[in-house]
Amino acid sequence: MLTEEERNAILKAAERYPKKIAASVEALKIVQAARGWVPDAEIKEIAQVLDLDPSQVDGVATFYSAIFRRPVGRHVIMLCDGISCWVMRYEDIADRLRTVLGIGFGETAPDNRFTLLPVSCLGLCEQAPAMIIDSDVHGNLTVEKIDGILKKYE
Amino acid sequence: MEKPLTQHIKPGQSLDLKGYEKVGGYQSLKKALKEMTPLEVQTAVKEANLKGRGGAGFSTGVKWSFVPRGKDAPRPKYLVANGDEMEPGTFKDRVLMEGNPHQLIEGMIVSAYAVEADHAFVFLRWAYKTSARRLEEAIAEAYQAGYAGKNILGTGYSLELHVHTSAGRYIAGEETALLTALEGRRAYPRSKPPFPQVSGLFGQPSVVNNVETLCNVPPIISNGAAWFKTLSLTDEGGTKIYGASGRVKRPGYWELPLGTPLREIVEERAGGMAEGYQLRALLPGGASTDFILEENLDFPFDFTHTAKAGSRLGTGTFIALDHDTCPVGFVHNLERFFARESCGWCTPCREGLPWVEKILRALESGDGRPEDIDLLLAHVKHLDMGRTFCPLAPGAMEPLRSGLHYFREDFERHVKEKRCPWKRGK
Repeated sequence: MLTEEERNAILKAAERYPKKIAASVEALKIVQAARGWVPDAEIKEIAQVLDLDPSQVDGVATFYSAIFRRPVGRHVIMLCDGISCWVMRYEDIADRLRTVLGIGFGETAPDNRFTLLPVSCLGLCEQAPAMIIDSDVHGNLTVEKIDGILKKYE
Repeated sequence: MEKPLTQHIKPGQSLDLKGYEKVGGYQSLKKALKEMTPLEVQTAVKEANLKGRGGAGFSTGVKWSFVPRGKDAPRPKYLVANGDEMEPGTFKDRVLMEGNPHQLIEGMIVSAYAVEADHAFVFLRWAYKTSARRLEEAIAEAYQAGYAGKNILGTGYSLELHVHTSAGRYIAGEETALLTALEGRRAYPRSKPPFPQVSGLFGQPSVVNNVETLCNVPPIISNGAAWFKTLSLTDEGGTKIYGASGRVKRPGYWELPLGTPLREIVEERAGGMAEGYQLRALLPGGASTDFILEENLDFPFDFTHTAKAGSRLGTGTFIALDHDTCPVGFVHNLERFFARESCGWCTPCREGLPWVEKILRALESGDGRPEDIDLLLAHVKHLDMGRTFCPLAPGAMEPLRSGLHYFREDFERHVKEKRCPWKRGK
């Protein structure tokens, strides 16, 4: 269920555009901010608020890679696998993350603490290899740094 | 050396309105809106020969000139700053938006005035959260100071300004796909004509300019077209934010005269290669540009000379390929990106790129067949410009085509030895 605040935030976002549909991406982000992902029920509610068909909203939700249509853990790790990070051996970082977390890419740990995802070039190429955890940027990664970084996220 | 784009940018800091005004900020806006007509602003930018810094290099003034003008023009009109920076290896617009958001905003307002736009958006990639925050703050400050909103500085010109944060996908950076994304739909590109200047956002006249391009507008208006032309080492005008990543000694960015020799940037700015590494080739302007070999770096790094060298200036941020890195693996990483980011709209791109990726993966893991190289060459032909709906797949073919040309022996070794001679990965 959308909260009253979320409904208002979506309507407020829609004011920026001449057509309500333009707020669909923002609406999905508003929903995702509180839940970590976007469930079916909320897709329908967004559609109602913006006068759209639910399939339109879902079409948008499934197109954009930063909108999650499946549950994620409390923290989402997005490891950049772009070319600069590849040259700087992001694969070693990926191995360490898989080992420490005991999960592969696209998976969520059983304790729901982390979801591990690959992500296209993050524009942090001068700090490669790099990753984002939730909203935090972590650059110039080394295998040795990984355990310490993960400790900050409970 | 003059650095009109980055002179006020300090690492880790962001210039607020007061700080920006103290160094002359919003003077060009005052000059443009109070002393110049929109057409005069447009003419100044055209005479400066400012070329689009997003990669295509089209004249900004000419681009603006296709927007219908005057009182009979359709309203509203839109200006959009393309801050979707997603070209792999590219991070220059982030530096500008984080470090000096007001220069972008001033550039947008002056540019919007030049095309008589009513509404402006920054189309921002989701991952740039610091940029989003700083731009939101800066826009609020600009409204408060009377630089944006209704009747700006009492001139009668009005402009609404907003940030639109996107949610991923490389294709959203292509200007027509960007407009579709901004309308709240799946970011599919559109066929041209009609061009966005005539029928763009919500079917209205619209201009899309790259962030770095727009940041160049305030200094051009303040100092004049003639001044701008003196900044470059060649005849293309202005400075460029160049950047380096890969195994160079000092990865980073530098604002330099446009046309600075590429070898000078590699050796003096980036400091050459890191200890123990040797440069073999580089992608000069992001993932969708052709390789240039180490022995061919002696040319002015501008639009014209990079084209003559067989590649493109692109975004001007190069990615180094060293001798310890497998060129097939390098190209595989790029094609995996393009295959993932294809929007799926047209068949050659949707079907072709995953095949390319699979073939390259097979080569890397030792499962390559002798005929695979010809199969890759066939894809280079079939996914070239004119065969697909938009430039994504043709761009994806640039590193593949040049990679096959320059590193053919390495591709063949993967087949012959049934393994990657660099033994990368598992």
